[in-house]
Amino acid sequence: MTACDVCLRRSWLLAQLSGRLEIAHLERRPVRDVLALGEDELPAALAAVGGPGPPAWAGRFDAAAARREAAASGLATVCRHDAGYPGRLLDDRSAPALLHVLAAGGLRRLTQLVGAGGERPPAVAIVGTRRASDDGLELGRALGRGLAAAGVTVVSGMALGVDSAAHEGALEAGGATVAVLAGGADVPYPRSKRGLHARIAAAGAVVGELPPGTGVRRWAFPARNRIIAGLADATVVVQAAQRSGSLITAEMAMDLGREVGAVPGSPLSWRASGTNALLRDGATVVRDARDALDLVLGVDGASAALEAQASARTPLPADLEPALDALLARLADGADTVGQLARTPQEVAVVSGQLAELVLLGLVRRAPGGRYAPRVP
Amino acid sequence: MLSRVTTYALHGVESQRVSVEVDVRSGLPAFTIVGLGDRSVREARERVRAALLNCGFSFPDSRVTVNLAPAHLRKVGPGFDLAMACAVLAASGQVDAAELDGRAVFGELSLGGELRPCRGALAVAEGALRDGCHGLVVPRALLDEARLVGDLEVHGAQRLDEVVDVLCGRAEPFAPPLASTAPPAPGPPQGPDLADVRGHAQALRALTIAAAGGHNLLMSGPPGTGKTMLARRLPSVLPPLTRAEAVEVTRIASIAGLRVGGGLAIERPFRAPHHAISVSGLVGGGHTPLPGEASLAHHGVLFLDELAEFPRNALEALRQPLEDGRVAIVRAQQTAVYPARFMLVASTNPCPCGFAGSPRCRCSEAEVARYRRRLSGPLLDRMDLTVELQRVPTAELGAPALTSSADVRAVVVAARERQTARVPETGAACNAHLAGAALQRVAGATAEAAGVLRRAYDRGALSARGHDRVLRVARTIADLDAAPRVGADHVREALVLRDDGAEAPGAQGDAA
Repeated sequence: MTACDVCLRRSWLLAQLSGRLEIAHLERRPVRDVLALGEDELPAALAAVGGPGPPAWAGRFDAAAARREAAASGLATVCRHDAGYPGRLLDDRSAPALLHVLAAGGLRRLTQLVGAGGERPPAVAIVGTRRASDDGLELGRALGRGLAAAGVTVVSGMALGVDSAAHEGALEAGGATVAVLAGGADVPYPRSKRGLHARIAAAGAVVGELPPGTGVRRWAFPARNRIIAGLADATVVVQAAQRSGSLITAEMAMDLGREVGAVPGSPLSWRASGTNALLRDGATVVRDARDALDLVLGVDGASAALEAQASARTPLPADLEPALDALLARLADGADTVGQLARTPQEVAVVSGQLAELVLLGLVRRAPGGRYAPRVP
Repeated sequence: MLSRVTTYALHGVESQRVSVEVDVRSGLPAFTIVGLGDRSVREARERVRAALLNCGFSFPDSRVTVNLAPAHLRKVGPGFDLAMACAVLAASGQVDAAELDGRAVFGELSLGGELRPCRGALAVAEGALRDGCHGLVVPRALLDEARLVGDLEVHGAQRLDEVVDVLCGRAEPFAPPLASTAPPAPGPPQGPDLADVRGHAQALRALTIAAAGGHNLLMSGPPGTGKTMLARRLPSVLPPLTRAEAVEVTRIASIAGLRVGGGLAIERPFRAPHHAISVSGLVGGGHTPLPGEASLAHHGVLFLDELAEFPRNALEALRQPLEDGRVAIVRAQQTAVYPARFMLVASTNPCPCGFAGSPRCRCSEAEVARYRRRLSGPLLDRMDLTVELQRVPTAELGAPALTSSADVRAVVVAARERQTARVPETGAACNAHLAGAALQRVAGATAEAAGVLRRAYDRGALSARGHDRVLRVARTIADLDAAPRVGADHVREALVLRDDGAEAPGAQGDAA
C-alpha cells in the first residue's frame, strides 16, 4: 500500500463521476481533456453536463476503506507520487493518478515489466480489432510471443481478438505482459476472458485506474487506451478498421511522441483500412516481431535481443525431409488446403500424413476452414 | 355364442399376441368393442359390419361384444379388422370356429370387404411363427413381406369372402412359389453414385475411411460445397446388408409405415431429417410410440444437415442410441425398445456466415466460438472423423470422376472383413465400436506410431479423449491398407481427420 490519500480519492471520484463522464463522452468531449482536469475543476466541469450536481460526495471519501477494499480484492495500489509509479505515464498530462495492480508478483512485477521512475524497460503495445481474422490473431500471437521472448513487455487491453492474442503469445514466451482494463483490475472484462485474466495476473500484471469492482462504461475505453499508449515505447496496430479504438490508441501514442507501427494489409480488406491509413500517415511498417523490436530497441538492440533468443530456442530441424520441404513451399505458395494439395484420394492419404508431421514439428498450424498456415516464427 | 381368433398388436418393433373374442348373445342389437383400442380400433365397427354385409354374409341381429385380450395392452391401428370379422363369422355360425384354431389373421377391411395392407406385417408374421401358429392370413399386398419369416404358411387374400373360402377349404390358399430366401445378391450399389462427384479427393478419402470403420463423420464447409451430395452417396459404398440386417431394416420400415408390403429391403437406409425435427421425431416416441429417424436409420446412415440448427435437446437424445445402438421409449402405459445402430453423418458450416478461413468471413472470434459451442458436447465426442470441405476449383469440375461407388465399396468390404475376423477378439462389429483395452490390443501400434501419438499429445494438439479416437481411425486406415499393425503413417493421417477444435485460439476454456 503505497498510494497516497489524494490519489486514492481521485480514483474514487472518477468512479463516482462515471455517469457524468459517460455523458461527456457521448457529447464528444475528449476524454483526455476531461481527465486532465484537476481535483476541483473536474466535478465543476462535469456539473454542466449532468445538471446541477450536489457536491455531496466531497466529504464522503474514506481513504482507509478504499485501502481495505483494494487489499481485500488482492490489488496493490501505486500513485503518481510514488517511486514505483511507471515514469513513462507521466509524459501524459492526463495520466492516471493511481493504478490498481493485480499481479501475483505484486508491484515488483509491474516495475519489472514497465519500470518505475526514470527506469524504462522496453515495452510495446499491441492492439487491434476485436473482429480479427484468423491471420490477424496469429500475427498478434506471434508478435506477442516474439517481443516477450526478446525481453520486451507486451501491453494490451485484453479485449477479444488481437489484444487477447497478443497476451496469449506473450504468455507462451514467459508472461512479460501487462493487461490494462477499462474497469476495475479485479473484474475480468470481457467475462469470457476470465481464464486469460487469471493467467496474466499470475505471470504478468493486470492494471486498472478505477477502484476494485468497478464496471465498465464507454468513456472508460478511450481512458484505458491512453494508459496502454502511455505505458509502451511503441504502439503496434495489427488489424483495425477506420475510426476504431485501436486508432485512438495509436493517436494517443503519437501525441506522446511515441513510435507507432502498423501491420500492412490488403486495401480491399476492412480490417486493414485503419492500419493502412496509419502507414500512409507515416507509421512504421511492422511485418513481424523483428520489425517491432527494431522500433523499440533500434536495429542493433533488436539484433542483440534476437541473438540471445535464438540461442535459447530449439533449432528447427535442418535436415527436413525433401517431401516435407516441398510441401512447405507449396503451402507458402498459397495452396493451403488438403483439397488444393492433393488431387486423388491416394494423394490425400500421403499429403495428410505429411501435413500432420509438419504440424507436429511446429512448422505449420491448422487454421479455420481446413487451411494449413505456416507458423509465424 | 363365443369365438376366439388370434391376431397381433405391434409393440415397439415386435408383435404381441392378441386374442379377439366375440360374444354374440340375444338382446337389443348392439356392436361393442372393448379392450383398450384407439380410435381406429373403435371405428372398426363400421368397417366390419359393412364388409360382412357387402360380401354376402349376415351381421348378427343381436348383441355383439368384441374384446381384444389382453385388455391392458394398448392397441392401435386398423389391423384388427379382419380378425374381428372372422370372429363375428365364427360366433354367428357362418364359419366353423375350429377352422380358425391355430391360425392368425391380420389386415384392414374396406367397406366393400377388400383387404387392405397395414403396418408391421413382418413383425406379425414373426409373432405367428414364434407362437407356433400353423397359418397366417394377410392381405395380398403384404404376402411378400410376411413370407420373409420362412417357416410359416402365409395366405395372401384379396377379399373377406376369399378368406372364408380358404378357411372352409373351398379354395386353395394363394401361395405363389417363394422367392429365394438367400441374402440379397450384393449387386451394384444402389442410389446415387460416387462417380457423379468431381474433385473432393479429401472428402472421398474420408468417406472411404468412415464407411470402412463405421465411423461417425462430421463434414464442415461453406454452403454449397457438396456436403449433402457426398453424404447421400455414403450408403452406396457401405457393405451390402446381410440377410439378418435386411430383415431388421424391413421390419422397422414396415412398422413405421414407410415400406408396407414389398419384400426384403436391400438398400441401407439413408435418413436426412430436417433440423426442425422434435425429440420424438428423432429418436422415436409419441403418445403411441413409433420409431424415430434414429431407428429408421438402423444399419444405415443418419444424416443431420446443418447440425448446429438442430434443437439441443434433440441432439442430446441421440446419446443413448449412439452409445447402446438402441432407444428405449418409456411411457406411462408401456416401454418400447427400438434398435438404432446407425452411422451418424453430420454437416455444418464452419462459422455463422459459412466462410471461415476466407477473406469473405465477417464473423468475430466470439461468434465463431458461440457457433462451435452449439455443436460441442457429447455429440462431437462421438464424431471420429471431421473433414473440412472447400469449393471445388473450376478445373476439377470438368475432370473425370476420381472413383466410383463400386470401387470404393470393394475396398470397404475388404476392410470390414478384416474387422469381422477380429470379432471373437474384440466383440465389436466394426472399428467404430472399439474402446479401451480392446482398442489398444487390436491396434498393435508400432513403436513409431506410438511415438507420433505421444508427440501429438505433448504438443497439446490431442486430448486424452482424442487419443483413442485417433487410434480407432488409424486402425481403420491400417485395415484399408491390409496392415496387421497400426503404423506411423496411419496415425498421421488419422490426426488430420480429427476434430480441430483442440487447436483453435483460446480453446483452453477462454473461448468467448
